[in-house]
Amino acid sequence: MIELKHIKKSFNERVILDDVSIVFDQGKTNLIIGQSGSGKTVLLKCIVGLLDVDEGEILYSKQEFTSMDFKMKKQIRKEIGMLFQGSALFDSNTVEENVRFPLDMFTDMTIAEKRERVNFCLQRVRLLNVNNLFPSEISGGMKKRVAIARAIALNPKYLFCDEPNSGLDPQTSLVIDSLIKEITEEYNITTIINTHDMNSVMEIGDKVIFIYQGKMMWEGTKDDIFYADNHYLNDFVFASPLSKRIRTLAKQS
Amino acid sequence: MVPKGLFYHIGEYFILMSKVFAKPEKYSILYRQVIKEIGNLGLSSLGIVAIISTFMGAVITIQTAYNTQNPLLPVYLIGVAARDSILLEFSSTMVALILAGKVGSSIASELGTMRVSEQIDALDIMGVNSAGFLILPKIIATMIFNPFLTLVSMMVGIFGGWLVGTWAGVITTEEYILGIRYGLNLYYITYGVIKTVVFAFIISSVSSYYGYNVEGGSLEVGRSSTKAVVYSCVVLLMFNLILTKLLLS
Repeated sequence: MIELKHIKKSFNERVILDDVSIVFDQGKTNLIIGQSGSGKTVLLKCIVGLLDVDEGEILYSKQEFTSMDFKMKKQIRKEIGMLFQGSALFDSNTVEENVRFPLDMFTDMTIAEKRERVNFCLQRVRLLNVNNLFPSEISGGMKKRVAIARAIALNPKYLFCDEPNSGLDPQTSLVIDSLIKEITEEYNITTIINTHDMNSVMEIGDKVIFIYQGKMMWEGTKDDIFYADNHYLNDFVFASPLSKRIRTLAKQS
Repeated sequence: MVPKGLFYHIGEYFILMSKVFAKPEKYSILYRQVIKEIGNLGLSSLGIVAIISTFMGAVITIQTAYNTQNPLLPVYLIGVAARDSILLEFSSTMVALILAGKVGSSIASELGTMRVSEQIDALDIMGVNSAGFLILPKIIATMIFNPFLTLVSMMVGIFGGWLVGTWAGVITTEEYILGIRYGLNLYYITYGVIKTVVFAFIISSVSSYYGYNVEGGSLEVGRSSTKAVVYSCVVLLMFNLILTKLLLS
């Protein structure tokens, strides 16, 4: 479980996050949604410690993260897996080397054990025979799956995904979503996903948090969205005519 | 946005260096990375260093011959002047300036691209000291290999001087060899190597600083590469003066 208490963050007196308090549940896919520029990515970067918060507390399984020193943060970070918007695979390394990287850095496994673990992770994300390819030689969807394989290589307790479906076609997006959902439930990890893809929300949103202009405006499940009376949320979620009609039908039924 | 001043950059540079020289995660990985960087940054520079040094030695020999056309001056002095110029200044400073362009821009653009494509963030999130993991091997590799490049440059430069000097007819082989051996002070080689080690550190660390701290997109990566080369050269020339004063006074 990850808990945020009264998080504030500004850049040059411009307030990006304003008193955000959220509890992210373990074993669930927690989705942060909001318009572009609402502060989702800054929030995610604050949670993982890439940005320091101005005020507030971040607790990983009740341990205060913001005031930890580098060594203690390092221990927590070893339990974190992250899927970046652009995958962030190491260009000069093959797929196998990318997935093996955390094992090389933080374990004393033998070469054979590492290879076995890499193959397991790649099979888990349904990637076969790509071990020796470079990131430039595989598709966007495959890159995301390699990034997931790398993220789960060390059996993380926490999984963060920043716009996991950006740049992917709807079918591939579904594959990525279902993979994240499966992995979250299988390993009982706390997953936090930044997205503005409403298909993802409807597919895997165990818990949905809506951020508007740096403030947490609403939280609930994917089913609650249809009945929410928060007009900021409604303007965001039901922006298209199709989604407005779906909402009307849902209410009628 | 408030422009960042000189002292801001100096402070940030030293903060980055403190992270770079933190204890590595695994020495076996550091060793592997250093070997890789020696190939990337060192061996790949061998060709350009050899070409430049040959022409540099040749030009020094011809220019010296042109400026010493006096029957009172022995011809072997051309060899002496070429040798001293190459050993004292050209093979260390000139080669370092060229490497600041080649290696410095390569380091800055590599790290800058890793920064904008979030690869450095990925390392940080994994709990890896990204500054140490990426920059330390580059610094060690250049500090190990650049002295070797300087020694190669010294040899090839003197060879280039002989080749063109004899071909152009300004000096005979015997006179050139006599000049090279005349009053040879081996400390000049040590001096050149010491300077090279310091220059290698400057090139790799200053370029890494500009690459590692890129903010923005591909345009900023290009700008940071340019800044890396310019500031590496400026710092390098400043230290050239300081080291010359310290080592030759």
